[in-house]
Amino acid sequence: MAAHGVTHAGGVPHAEEHAHPGPEQYVKIAVILTAITALEVAIYYVEALRPLIGPILITLSVVKFCIVVMYYMHLKFDHPLFRAMFMFGMATAIFTIIVFIGLFHGLLPV
Amino acid sequence: MEAAIAPPVHGGQEVHETSTGLNNRKVLMWAFLGSDCMFFGALIGTYLVYRGKVQAGPTPEHVFDIPYTSVSAFALLMSSLAMVMALASIQRGDVKRMRIWLLATAGLGLVFLGGQVYEFTTFGSEGLNLNVSTFGTTFFVLTGFHGTHVALGVVWLLSLVILSTRGVITQQRSLDVEIAGLYWHFVDIVWIVIFTVVYLIPTPVIGPVAGH
Repeated sequence: MAAHGVTHAGGVPHAEEHAHPGPEQYVKIAVILTAITALEVAIYYVEALRPLIGPILITLSVVKFCIVVMYYMHLKFDHPLFRAMFMFGMATAIFTIIVFIGLFHGLLPV
Repeated sequence: MEAAIAPPVHGGQEVHETSTGLNNRKVLMWAFLGSDCMFFGALIGTYLVYRGKVQAGPTPEHVFDIPYTSVSAFALLMSSLAMVMALASIQRGDVKRMRIWLLATAGLGLVFLGGQVYEFTTFGSEGLNLNVSTFGTTFFVLTGFHGTHVALGVVWLLSLVILSTRGVITQQRSLDVEIAGLYWHFVDIVWIVIFTVVYLIPTPVIGPVAGH
């Protein structure tokens, strides 16, 4: 991990902020993300995997999502308050999706 | 008489202490991204409820072109790489390289937007529009709002490039680029979800929607 030691404008030092990845790590992460995307598209065309395609693709998508959030958005290295704010929004979004599907497909009592 | 103490200045910006010890603009951006998660959560949830409901017009399998959309998804993914490279450049004080990476990010964003315009036009010619079915309505609203986010991001990135040519964006003001980057990466992660949920996962045959 390359340390940058940057003082941001606004000047307030970021409490508990750790060093961000450097350009080399960013490129490695991009290669991983590209490989996962290629795998997703390949899986789409494999007929034998059709019964499991939903769980497999969602898992890969979650992995990609987490990699971008943790390393490109630096949430892994930033202050826990940012993580909490984002996770609250994410949890609410996931809850909303589950409730929508449950209610409209008769899986939950109305 | 005590002399008034002027607040310290970094790169033309006044520095203010905050009660959290965190930069208020960065806190605001994360709060916005959290709320935008809820916004897209509602749109994705609505799409999932209605995507199997094709009262008329083409079905998802009929119109989606996976290889084409995969290229668009790849362009947006690579734009995220260009964005972090721009941030790394300005954090090193390399304004020229930051400008190049920001232009690359905006360019890849425009490639994505061009792809979306072409896709919408093609779908329209095949009979899919906002009114023809609930699948069409939820699809265009979801992807249209995402495209609007991308368009706003491109405008933001280009404005940063213009500001950098005027000497406004400096190493000390790298937070301006970091905040724009947070927004841009968010647009990317939303597409990661949309690409999987909307395009790749086959539409199941579902029963009648409650209330219909």
